[in-house]
Amino acid sequence: MPEEKDKKRYAKPLPHIDEEMRPWWEAAQRHELYIQKCRDCGDLRFHPRALCPSCLSSNTEWVRCSGRGKIYTFTVTNQNATAGFRDSLPYVLAWVELEEGLKLMSNIIDCQPSQVRIDLPVEAVFEDVTPDVTLVKFRPAA
Amino acid sequence: MSLSRKTAVVGVYEHPTRFAPDKSMFQIMAESIRGALDDCGLTIKDVDGILSAGIGMSPMGIIGLCDYLNLTPNFMDGTNIGGASFVAHVAHAAAAINAGLCEVAVITYGSTIASTRFAIGTGGGAGGGGDPCHQFEFPYGPTGIGAYAMVAQRHMHEYGTTSEQLAEIAVTMRLHASMNPAAKYRDLITVEDVLASRIVSSPLHLLDCCMVSDGGGALVVTSAERARDLKKRPAYVLGAGETARHAARGQRDFLEIAAHQSGRLAFERAGVSHKDIDMAMIYDSFTITVLTTLENLGFCKRGEGGAFVSGGRLRYDGEFPINTDGGGLSSNHPGMRGIFLVIEAVKQLRGECGPRQVKDCQIALCHGTGGELGTRHSGATLILSNQ
Ligand SMILES: [Zn+2]
Repeated sequence: MPEEKDKKRYAKPLPHIDEEMRPWWEAAQRHELYIQKCRDCGDLRFHPRALCPSCLSSNTEWVRCSGRGKIYTFTVTNQNATAGFRDSLPYVLAWVELEEGLKLMSNIIDCQPSQVRIDLPVEAVFEDVTPDVTLVKFRPAA
Repeated sequence: MSLSRKTAVVGVYEHPTRFAPDKSMFQIMAESIRGALDDCGLTIKDVDGILSAGIGMSPMGIIGLCDYLNLTPNFMDGTNIGGASFVAHVAHAAAAINAGLCEVAVITYGSTIASTRFAIGTGGGAGGGGDPCHQFEFPYGPTGIGAYAMVAQRHMHEYGTTSEQLAEIAVTMRLHASMNPAAKYRDLITVEDVLASRIVSSPLHLLDCCMVSDGGGALVVTSAERARDLKKRPAYVLGAGETARHAARGQRDFLEIAAHQSGRLAFERAGVSHKDIDMAMIYDSFTITVLTTLENLGFCKRGEGGAFVSGGRLRYDGEFPINTDGGGLSSNHPGMRGIFLVIEAVKQLRGECGPRQVKDCQIALCHGTGGELGTRHSGATLILSNQ
């Protein structure tokens, strides 16, 4: 089974995807990034959830993001004992502020950690880490 | 309804251990409770309220603790909001006593994370637990230190705060530890030493980070009326506040932390102002924790923390003494250290701190932070007075 083999090779933690979040992860597999908007009060939110935390409405619109944003803050991680990460030090952990205004946690890849700075324009990269899971990471914008 | 001066912390005990491979977590708690009861002259028979939280405890560990101590209390609180828990527990105990739910409450913490080699700041966890947010974070390798480091990076970006300024906090904590015989690290360090230590997660150096030790402690809280007949001078509860900050559905300002709200609540409820505070115990998981907490509590303006912590202001003999025990940076940090904030504040209010005693200390503030500033955290503020 290729799936089992891939899961073995990928040592970093995989997300425990729950049913509420599954549509978001399925979109990521299609290489699409979404946030949510409340159809009643207009509030934007990430991560996705079934109810708008501002008004508790279940009336939700999925809004596709451009994938463009900038680095809000970051850290170059030199120490992490977690499987997978301990073999890929140093790596850049960041909060990215999307063009649409929301922040999400991710990694900054395809560049030297020393090139990373706050406000650097970045674009989404979709990394198919296993047949079931695609992670949304970011690289400096072209 | 104000709780002010209706209850007091009457007994405190800091377990002297910093490394205890021969002890269990509950043993450290029980030895600490014995110490705190001895401190005030009460016995285990007087205890009818118990509050605790722990890293090694099970989700219902408070009942296990009752089992260990053979307690059948009238009030229990196992609130676990990270390292801030024990600061919040004092407020919860005060409210419970004031409401007649119990008369003598014991708050305790104990841990053996150092001897059991638990990687608390640099283990990112596995795939995450049951919280929905974890699946959007754990795949990217967040660490406890990394979460705080991202707040430091942002602070430097917005306000020009420097590593030298953060280092001053670590240097001052070490000075205080040098005057505390129980502290784990007692050799003086310089700003240069901090900057020369390796960068664990940029911009934080090793010496910007708290240690991992074993340890524990306990507090006894009772009514102001009952406090009058006990052995030591009571530390009256004037006011308290608690809250949380988190990703705020993706809309968070990461430099606005829980202390902003919990501090405001505590000051309002205590009826005192910033200039009345003679010393403060500020949770120092990392140097940046201290700096942003002082800003958010309102001791200086946002962005001015770098200048505020400089020039020896935070020393025991400075303008605004904090963490006179040496803090988590230099004295002890057994995973959660909120209980030590209250223990040292009470000792200062009693005048028991010897060479590190703050002069004329009448009102002290404690602020605990639990969890991570850069993902989600709790904040609990407590204001105590010896009159
Ligand atoms: Zn809404």
